[in-house]
Amino acid sequence: MSTSTEQRRDTSRRQVTGKRRMTKKRRESVWALIFISPWIIGFLVFMAGPMLWSLWLSFTDYDPLVPDTNFVGIENYQQMIEDPLVRVSLWNTIFFTIFNVPGTMIIGLVLAMMLNQVGKAAGFFRTAFYLPNVTPAVAVGALFLLLLNGRDGLVNNALGALGLPTPSWLNDPAFIKPGIIMMMLWSVGSTVIIYLAALQTLPKQLYEAARIDGASPWQQFRSITVPMISGAIFFTLIINTIASLQLFTEVYAMFFGQQESGAAGEAALFYVIYLFQNAFEFFNMGYASAMAWLLFAIIGVITFVQVKTSKRWVYYEGE
Amino acid sequence: MSTRRIVPALLVAMLVFAACGDDDTPSEPSADPADVTGDLFAFGFGYETGDQIAQVRIDEFRDAYPDVDVSFSESGFDNQTFLSALASGEPPDVVNLPRSSIGTYIARGVLEPLDECIEQEEIDMDVYYPAGVGQVTVDGTHYAIPEFFNSRVWMINNTVFEEAGIDPATLDLSDWDAIAAANEQLTQMDGGQLNRIGIDPKLPEFLPLWSNSNGAPMLLDEGRTSNLDDPAVIEALEFSNSLHEPAGGRTTFLDFRDTWDFFGAENQFATGELAAMPMEIWYLNVLAEASPDVDLTVRPFMTREGEPITFADGNSWAISTSTDNAAAACAFIATMTSTETWVAAAEARAETRAEEGLANLGVYTGNREADEVIFTEIVDLSEFPAMAEAVEVIREVQDQAVAFPPSPAAAEFEAAWVAAVNAVMTGEAEAAAELQETDEAIQATIDAAVP
Repeated sequence: MSTSTEQRRDTSRRQVTGKRRMTKKRRESVWALIFISPWIIGFLVFMAGPMLWSLWLSFTDYDPLVPDTNFVGIENYQQMIEDPLVRVSLWNTIFFTIFNVPGTMIIGLVLAMMLNQVGKAAGFFRTAFYLPNVTPAVAVGALFLLLLNGRDGLVNNALGALGLPTPSWLNDPAFIKPGIIMMMLWSVGSTVIIYLAALQTLPKQLYEAARIDGASPWQQFRSITVPMISGAIFFTLIINTIASLQLFTEVYAMFFGQQESGAAGEAALFYVIYLFQNAFEFFNMGYASAMAWLLFAIIGVITFVQVKTSKRWVYYEGE
Repeated sequence: MSTRRIVPALLVAMLVFAACGDDDTPSEPSADPADVTGDLFAFGFGYETGDQIAQVRIDEFRDAYPDVDVSFSESGFDNQTFLSALASGEPPDVVNLPRSSIGTYIARGVLEPLDECIEQEEIDMDVYYPAGVGQVTVDGTHYAIPEFFNSRVWMINNTVFEEAGIDPATLDLSDWDAIAAANEQLTQMDGGQLNRIGIDPKLPEFLPLWSNSNGAPMLLDEGRTSNLDDPAVIEALEFSNSLHEPAGGRTTFLDFRDTWDFFGAENQFATGELAAMPMEIWYLNVLAEASPDVDLTVRPFMTREGEPITFADGNSWAISTSTDNAAAACAFIATMTSTETWVAAAEARAETRAEEGLANLGVYTGNREADEVIFTEIVDLSEFPAMAEAVEVIREVQDQAVAFPPSPAAAEFEAAWVAAVNAVMTGEAEAAAELQETDEAIQATIDAAVP
């Protein structure tokens, strides 16, 4: 009798403890949701909501100044196919991305490896390299108007001193995009910092073993450094690609601040600039929304391809 | 300072437009101030910017209508922020916006027709320059009151002209062959290096002036018909673009121009790096302050028939359809553009200039009646004879001004013709083909924008 009573009590205690455990888990989940709810609410209100709204707008002739909005089906998307400036701006943006992303990554890695070798002055150099990233984009644009001046800019003065050609970076359509790439490579600091952080986690034993085995510095770089920081390389590839495809502020400040005097013409018409013009200068908000979704799709496809191919070359230590 | 760095300085220069005046009060707003009360939000304008001409006029309004609590956006007009303001819970009652873009807003029904307001305040639209009024009028209805009146004239560097043996006073500016010949003579190249521009045609932005001087407006029928394919427009572009050639072509020309200290003491006139250019009249104020000793001749731009002509723009005051205080809005825009208010602002400016020991070149308003008082009774340039002559020339051409009509697709039209001119300037396209193609495309856009 007493044994069975104790057994029942025991069973009952276990059930209560189990319930407590479940309750605790659930409570933790609730608290976790509460803690991340500001982000979730922010995402829904400021990101997901407007994105879905803009998707709807892309199928309308929405003009923010006109009360009536009409559903136009895929007309905006058809118009994009026929719009020569969409093609021009898309080409300018892709051209820039093709050169800017690898350029940023290669220069960033070289600088990070150099910084990794620096001893006491590392803090100073880290700050110096990162400084362009905290400089306002408009100021960067204004600064490079001076540096890239074809007649007496610092860049051409240096090229001239080396006996190299001195192109018109700001006024010759053939050199405007290379000039912009040069400007953006100046702001390579954030990529450098990411690579530097990755390099500093590499175990020295790997290099010691490689040296003992007679590996050259290039072999060490190729077979140890690159695979070991491939996660960081992959990350910078993704973010730099997205940032390049969305280039706006610096170029707008340089070439479109005063529209009438924009000597760059179509050479500096990047996709987001043309999108902005349609939205806020021509008030074709429906068309601009369609343009935004095209860019979103392009970025999505590129990122998907990058993620898929990354399985072949990105190494994660935990795997 | 290069011309690419001029934008902030340009805005400052426009804000400090000088003036002076006298007591002459022909167009006092007539509504009973006691009946005008409540809050008023003015967009595209500021009191705290330190612009005396703005502050004095606002003070005049506050004195006349003490029961109206007026506030300001404290920033210049901007499409994006105006959209945000309209969408906000407190849309603007009145807006100060460029006349060049007003057609876009009229077509979309954002601006209130002013017929009632004009009647209520007994505003005499005839006192405003016709070109300014034309920019704010659609189908006989006025949608805004012109504020400033910014026109263009030739500015000629006497020292450089005399060195080249050309008389700046007698060069026939209606004869394009003579202009081209003078340009070649005045341009200075040294071993392939451009050291002086003869004549800067100011492309793309001054094509409307070249085009009108050749007898062809670029936009017709209250902004509803593009005229870019007119042979006279094409000819104007071909000629003005050809003025780059003696300087080694457009790229060399622009690279050199970008090095100018446009707002500084070492500006292109002071250094002799430019012989002549058509320019907006506010630039005289810059020169008067930055390099007062520059020997300059100001002459009107001429049609090829030998008549003075200028191209004008400027801001205007309009009432938003979202206003819930139309009486105060109307009183405000009437006061801000009335002769009495302009004169008060000009007088205050004259006093300040006198205290600073600087030449007072006046303020060019859209109000012809105010200008008459300002320039005959307030502005005294007896100690600055060259400036006095310049002001006289400017005043003579104001009534000959032409301007863009209020197109429902104003921004698209501007972007289109600027792109076309740039394509021609870079050599990517021929003027005729490019302008014809652009004309066709932009006409479709305008047609779609007509309400």
